[in-house]
Amino acid sequence: MQVKALEDLLAETPFFKDLDPAYRSMLAGCGVNVVFRAGEFLFRENDPAERFYLIRAGKVALEIAVPGRGPMIIQTVQEGEVLGWSWLVPPYRMQYDARAVELTRAIAFDGACIRTKCEQDPKLGYEFFKRFSVLIVQRLAALRLQLLDVYAQP
Amino acid sequence: MSALPKQRCCWRMEVDLWVWDLPPWARSSSFLGRCQLAELTSPTAASSRMQQPQSQAALAVTVERAQFALWLEQFRRWGYELIGPTVRDGAIVYDAIGSAEDLPVGWTDEQRPGRYRLKRRPDAALFGYTVGPHAWKRFLHPPRHRLARVRRENDGLQFQADAAAAPKLALVGVRACDLQALALLDKVLAGNTFADPHYAERRRQALVVAVNCLQPASTCFCASVGAGPRVRFGFDLALTEVLADGRHYFVAEAGSELGRELLKALPHQPTTPEERATADRLLTAAAGQMSRVLDTTGLKELLYRNYEHPRWEQVARRCLTCANCTLVCPTCFCTTVEDITDLTGAQAERWRRWDSCFTADFSYIHGGSVRATARSRYRHWLTHKLATWLDQFGALGCVGCGRCITWCPVGIDLTEEVRAIRHADGATLAQQKEPTHASQSP
Amino acid sequence: MPNPETHIYQAQAQLDADSTNAWPTASAGALALQVHAKAPGTDLEPMSPRPCRVLRLKTETDDTFTLELQPANSTSRFNFVPGQFNMLYVFGVGEVPISISGDPDRPRTVLHTTREVGAVTRAMRRLRPGDMLGLRGPFGTGWPVAEAENNDVVIVAGGIGLAPLRPALYYILARREKYGRVVLLYGARTPADLLFRAELERWRARFDLEVYATVDRAMAGWRGNVGVVTTLISRAPFDPLNTVGLVCGPEVMMRFAVQELLRRGVSPQSIYLSMERNMKCAVGLCGRCQLGPVFVCKDGPVFRYDRIAHWLGKWEV
Repeated sequence: MQVKALEDLLAETPFFKDLDPAYRSMLAGCGVNVVFRAGEFLFRENDPAERFYLIRAGKVALEIAVPGRGPMIIQTVQEGEVLGWSWLVPPYRMQYDARAVELTRAIAFDGACIRTKCEQDPKLGYEFFKRFSVLIVQRLAALRLQLLDVYAQP
Repeated sequence: MSALPKQRCCWRMEVDLWVWDLPPWARSSSFLGRCQLAELTSPTAASSRMQQPQSQAALAVTVERAQFALWLEQFRRWGYELIGPTVRDGAIVYDAIGSAEDLPVGWTDEQRPGRYRLKRRPDAALFGYTVGPHAWKRFLHPPRHRLARVRRENDGLQFQADAAAAPKLALVGVRACDLQALALLDKVLAGNTFADPHYAERRRQALVVAVNCLQPASTCFCASVGAGPRVRFGFDLALTEVLADGRHYFVAEAGSELGRELLKALPHQPTTPEERATADRLLTAAAGQMSRVLDTTGLKELLYRNYEHPRWEQVARRCLTCANCTLVCPTCFCTTVEDITDLTGAQAERWRRWDSCFTADFSYIHGGSVRATARSRYRHWLTHKLATWLDQFGALGCVGCGRCITWCPVGIDLTEEVRAIRHADGATLAQQKEPTHASQSP
Repeated sequence: MPNPETHIYQAQAQLDADSTNAWPTASAGALALQVHAKAPGTDLEPMSPRPCRVLRLKTETDDTFTLELQPANSTSRFNFVPGQFNMLYVFGVGEVPISISGDPDRPRTVLHTTREVGAVTRAMRRLRPGDMLGLRGPFGTGWPVAEAENNDVVIVAGGIGLAPLRPALYYILARREKYGRVVLLYGARTPADLLFRAELERWRARFDLEVYATVDRAMAGWRGNVGVVTTLISRAPFDPLNTVGLVCGPEVMMRFAVQELLRRGVSPQSIYLSMERNMKCAVGLCGRCQLGPVFVCKDGPVFRYDRIAHWLGKWEV
């Protein structure tokens, strides 16, 4: 897919919609189309966090391997959602396994490259910070509710 | 036409009580106490009242002490079971009595927060005290009541509810605060979405003989909630005891059609203006003797906006959650249901029993109690009585009888609690410094 | 409101006519109650249980089961409104409130779905077809299914909360053309705890109903969603300005679900919750089910959100 078409795609995605067009086109330049078959891993725990993903279609399960209990799915991410924030914070290592539950198409962005660009252009950095902090807060809120285990036997 | 001065009612309305202009049978039922009061004061209602047949002036009679003793005998002859105040276990309680001699003749009570003592009076007054640990609710809404009997039979279950039969009780010595409480219980137990037929039947059958208070206890505050000390409605007969000039008599009046009928057959004589004036003077003096006050201005909103006030934490440190207050309170109505089976397992019974919101499992839902701490339970009780009652039943749940103050083992005084919250309205824990002793709070 | 003046005269006339008292005239107490006079039959009915027979007991999940009951006088129909509950009595053990989970258009039998959480529900679980229970009800307010006509309907259910919502969904699906988009969002603890699984799949297969289910956690191999049910709200297809939200589940879940609906733009007057508190009488007389100023048994259990918003989330109310 050409960069131009990728740019249009980003313009429609809620996550990147209000981004300055110049930044959007830079971002498009850092992105590639990827496909994962059902069962394939996008990344494993402790992999270097080089990328983050925008899921275009399909579903990805975030798993933690628990010895004696097998892998537990703690969250699923689907179309339109962004996956991966470990590229933003040291030590830049993935914390979970991410496995495609079904055929999944995504755009993978070069996190290291964008990080460097953010260092050079703080305004770009701030735009990413704004978006990712919202994402993290939302995930945290959902996670806390999950933690309460509200459906458990009293 | 005489009119009573504007009264501040506990229902947050100031109304003109044109009591004496209504026909006698409507005059004194607790119907007057409800929200329909608003309609009574509307212009159309007032004008239609003008056209009613000329009502009699308040019919007062004089009853000598000896005649009053005959009254009680006559009630018994008419089939009433006499329930009245009597001395037992160092307190004046309500129980079955045989005659006027069973009343606490010559006794009075001395009440303070957490303290109740009986003292001898210098005279032989029959009603020279206020209220004790019992409320009249125990005879109309009994502490234990069977709801149903269930028999297990071959092919199923048979349910048998008891019929709503009620004893004929003559409640003798009902104070103004208690009359208010009965009117409030009517609203809760018989005036809501569902009614309790057992309560209703007992209420219908009961003869209410009220007595005016002439000597409020130090814990009384009925005047500030508009419940007394003068009885105004809800009675069949009302008495004011007078001991003056070497005489001992009652000024009595009827407050319902039944009361008027009975009065015709009870010994009495016409009241002289001097006797009437003496009674009025005593009643007026009584109102002035009340020192405790509950300021009800904006009380509901005050409590609603102070749910996290530090005062709750302070009172919780004193409160034992012993439930005494709810047991002695004349308007507390909460109950529980217990299931009992016999040993053969063929018959079970469902019993309703008084319960208290102070018990740990009152608010239990699977997993735990919603109100687990003493703080939340005390807060629930007080805000229910003084705030949410207003939203639920259109009236303040407190009648100012002071029982909860007297019978609290640690002497918690709800008028003081309200005052403290009002004084630091809107305070939070962060703003308040911790007092070392609860009594240091304002 | 009847004219209080004529009402008094009527009351007096009635008293004179049919007093059972030995005295021809009414006591103060009788007069006090006369103004509260109820229609005959409304007093005794709610207090006496009627015998019902167990037709079927179905295990739904590990700890949840459905009881199908029929009144012992088997010709009588059991009419109820979606959202109501019954008080079910197990001989010698006790009585508990249980949500009605069946179809209001099929009143020959009545279905109740509950979790096994205490002595009474444990005893209930051991019942067999043919056993008898006592039933009082139906009690409480229902979901605003009639008021929701011409709107989108979004149903957010968590865990056992799907049980009292199922009758609403049946009602809506039976009158499907009266509603806009209908969306069911359902969350459970794990895939094994999904209630009415077969029915969920049938609903999902319909073209006129959107069903999204999620679980709090799962073993690898689960191909559905994992995450709390509130995360489904932001993506669900409905028009917030013309939507009625029906929410039921653990109270914490309901609070957060309501926040998500509000964030999406649904008005607080268009969101309804089903609350739960300790109940003994179910008729507003025992005082136990109070939530601030409301009685959950008779002012609820279904409440419009703005009515109880002030009290939700307050600690220990």
